[in-house]
Amino acid sequence: MEVSRFRLLFLTLLAASVLPGCAMFSRNRDAAPETAASAQPPADDANKSIIEPQVERREIKRPKIEASDFEVGVYGGILSIEDFESNAVYGARLAYNLTEDFFLEASLGRSRAGRTSYENLSGSAEILTDSERDYTYYALSAGWNALPGEVFVGKNRSYNTAFYLVTGIGSTRFGGDDLFTVNAGFGYRILPTDWIAVHFDVRDYIFDTDLLGKKKIVNNLEAHLGLSVYF
Amino acid sequence: MRRPSSLWLLLIVVLAASAQAEEKLQKILIADPFIELHTGPGRGYPVFYVIERGQEVTIVKRRTDWFQVRTDRDIEGWVAREQMLATLEPTGAPLDLQEPSRENYLSRRWQAGVMAGDFGGASLISMFGGYAFSDNLSIELTVNHMLGDISNGYSATLGLMHLFVPEWRLSPYFTIGTGVIYIDPKSTLVKASDRTDQIGYVGGGLQFYLTRRFMLRSEYRHNIVFTSRDDNEEVDEWKYLGFAFFF
Repeated sequence: MEVSRFRLLFLTLLAASVLPGCAMFSRNRDAAPETAASAQPPADDANKSIIEPQVERREIKRPKIEASDFEVGVYGGILSIEDFESNAVYGARLAYNLTEDFFLEASLGRSRAGRTSYENLSGSAEILTDSERDYTYYALSAGWNALPGEVFVGKNRSYNTAFYLVTGIGSTRFGGDDLFTVNAGFGYRILPTDWIAVHFDVRDYIFDTDLLGKKKIVNNLEAHLGLSVYF
Repeated sequence: MRRPSSLWLLLIVVLAASAQAEEKLQKILIADPFIELHTGPGRGYPVFYVIERGQEVTIVKRRTDWFQVRTDRDIEGWVAREQMLATLEPTGAPLDLQEPSRENYLSRRWQAGVMAGDFGGASLISMFGGYAFSDNLSIELTVNHMLGDISNGYSATLGLMHLFVPEWRLSPYFTIGTGVIYIDPKSTLVKASDRTDQIGYVGGGLQFYLTRRFMLRSEYRHNIVFTSRDDNEEVDEWKYLGFAFFF
């Protein structure tokens, strides 16, 4: 009973939202030819009575101002997986600079977990299978360029830099489970040219897990070096 | 090992593309008494050069609200957007910065965004993309990733979204649609099996035009999961905050 009433509401609302949209289509189609027809004749008359100019109209084509607000890059470093040793991590990132102060970032990383000390001491007991030791994460983050600046190399060279803070959400696939992950960290960016950035980042990936029996909050720290290009 | 190599390929393509883009550049005339060239695209970077009124410069590129310009002596620096607004094109008309504004928001067609929230007690990460038929009505594809204590899941839904007052900065909207949901219960539970079901939803939300091409969104959806059991399942979905842009 409850569901059939819901379906009725569903259909009514569907009709209510679609029908006005359809009406708009037909209205636009009708309106266009009408105005074209009524505007044409007077313009023709006016043109005939005036001497036709020999000058061709110059068409001004504005070159597009190229925006380079996006960054794409790769990174590699070390990820310490709590209870499961530290291992190499590598990943890719895509960032969009909203303003000179803020940016958005999507990143995808991969690592592999080692063995817990329990597994090492007991000798044979395996907590995770081989494929469950693969560690993959994605993160959607927002960043703030807290301390922009310049560094000076010698007398004649200076490079633009920024110290930034990042935080975001995402998911981690580890131990046969997907885990909601919050990340936070900081980084330092240096630009050897206008369109290349070298990053050094430190991130903490935090999630809840009951992998080792009892539910607990896990902090996985990552330090990585990255290279990005602006486009 | 396949992923890193394809990434490097992407990197090379991007490098090649940025190297090629040097051909047609916009020239402008300075109309203010002078404009200031900063060493970097930010308010704190020092001014190292000044260009006087009447001189011509070339716009190389733009980054956020800063424009990299080049003088005829090949000096390159960054100029703030406020100063660029006072410059002229070679035709004498004020410079058109070619940036999206409120008018473009009304005539937008494609849009996409990310939202975060709660799906029946599980954490929710949601991504959406849409196409607008008219100012009011658009079709949207939403992909959800649910991460809970008992189960994880994905869902993909296609629906209609009706923005009630598109000309307002903050407008309510109504949405309705259907799709599929995949639920994967955690392995620690007994007798649980993963399943795919159809899902239908009705909901509403608020869309706020932020600036340039950006929008904020907040949304509620009432979902019905059409299970193969005797009873259907009803799930409340709250997307507290989302960020979207149009293009």
